[in-house]
Amino acid sequence: MQDLGIRVLFDGENGVRLLLGLVVTLKLSIITIIASCLLGTLMGLLMTLRNPIIHIVTRVYLEFIRIMPQLVLLFVTYFGLTRAVGINLSGFTAAVIVFILWGTAEMGDLVRSAFISIPKDQYESGTALGFSKLQLYRFIILPQALRQIIPPAMNLATRMIMTTSLVVLIGVVEMLKTGQQIIEANRYTAPSAALWIYGTIFFLYFFSCWPLTILAQHLEKKWEK
Amino acid sequence: MSLKKIHLLFLAAIIMTAAVFVSGCASSPDTSQQQSSTSPTAFRSLDDIKKSGEITIGVFSDKAPFGYIDQNGEYQGYDIYYGNRLAKDLGVKVKYVSVEPANRVEYLKTGKVDVILANFTVTPERAEQVDFALPYMKVALGVVSPDGALITSPDQLKGKTLIVAKGTTAETYFSKNYPDIKLLKFDQYTETYNALLDGRGDAFSTDNTEVLAWALKNKGFTVGITSLGNIDTIAPAVQKGNKELLNFINDDIKKLASENFFHKDYEETLKPVYGDAVNPEDLVVEGGAVNNK
Repeated sequence: MQDLGIRVLFDGENGVRLLLGLVVTLKLSIITIIASCLLGTLMGLLMTLRNPIIHIVTRVYLEFIRIMPQLVLLFVTYFGLTRAVGINLSGFTAAVIVFILWGTAEMGDLVRSAFISIPKDQYESGTALGFSKLQLYRFIILPQALRQIIPPAMNLATRMIMTTSLVVLIGVVEMLKTGQQIIEANRYTAPSAALWIYGTIFFLYFFSCWPLTILAQHLEKKWEK
Repeated sequence: MSLKKIHLLFLAAIIMTAAVFVSGCASSPDTSQQQSSTSPTAFRSLDDIKKSGEITIGVFSDKAPFGYIDQNGEYQGYDIYYGNRLAKDLGVKVKYVSVEPANRVEYLKTGKVDVILANFTVTPERAEQVDFALPYMKVALGVVSPDGALITSPDQLKGKTLIVAKGTTAETYFSKNYPDIKLLKFDQYTETYNALLDGRGDAFSTDNTEVLAWALKNKGFTVGITSLGNIDTIAPAVQKGNKELLNFINDDIKKLASENFFHKDYEETLKPVYGDAVNPEDLVVEGGAVNNK
């Protein structure tokens, strides 16, 4: 019995293909996480403004994205846009758009809640001490808010990385799908390959998310002072 | 109080908009849209494909031995073998797109692929959404049982226990046509095979391609009945209304019968898996003609 499933990993270009899948996963994650952080902060700040129109618009946007499963958003963006208005996006572009929309909405809400959770007297004492509006945010509010955002933001980022496995449904072949392709191609010759391939994928995902955790811990410590 | 109410109303409104939006996208586009060539979802005509020099075909990338990717990253399998030939007969290059069971129809409807060759079983519901060409393969039910007490006809099963998976055609077929066979039902395939190995049932029935492949890997078990029940066919599909391309594929399949193309396809792609245990006539459809036994 050639039952050593690990051999499948080194057979032909299987290993390289798995790594190429990881590149797709990481490319999508990194682009969308960075964009979501920037746009999300902007949106969070907008949400703290007491403008009723902005309030309604951001609220509708946030609830819409929250209610819709990511899978539905992907389908609507990739197939729905083509069908409704004839826009033919590539699968990857559609995925980037959906993930940024999702990340921005969730990040925005995190930023908003962090800002409003800072007690009013912090703003008031800052103003009383003669800080300008900019100084007030730069030295008093932002450092406190950032520290609060980090843990939930990291959760969001890792969740986004994991969710990239859905993009296969709009034709983007990423790491998990590549793994399944390799497993299925060897279904009859090496049935135990599944364990090895999924094991490898586990580690690849782990090492993709781990740096984020370390970064979060580092920042939390740094800003604790 | 009233503020809460407003909030609730607001939420309900959002949910409904979302629902309308989604259902609007999911419902089939009106026929007028399909006929006009300026429609966003228009298919590519035969000429368009030839001019572009490339045909896009949606296939499975993880369903060995029908459509999969080998260790060198190349598409392989029974469906692909025909895809390559179709492109060759059209005189164009072929580009494969990996599709899933859940999005095959969408890919065709939005014109993101020209043809689907993803082990697409012909059903009346699907025929309303896409146009099927002539079949090139067929599946029926198979019954696998231990060599010691081999079941070769459904009548032998009377009073015995047959294992089936819930929601499969096997379940419906046997409960309808053979009510006196006791059925032992499971949710998952792995459970059914384990039950058969444990001797909790006398035989197990599902798609013949599945049981045939399984019996080869499990010594002591043989598929006594290789083709039973309604025969489902598997055919290429194109977007609804793409007559030229459909006719081309139909003619191509008919023409290929003269060289016994799909038998060759079977020899190349399926035989290495099924070996001699399977009669090619149980699976292969040549020239689009299904001859019911």
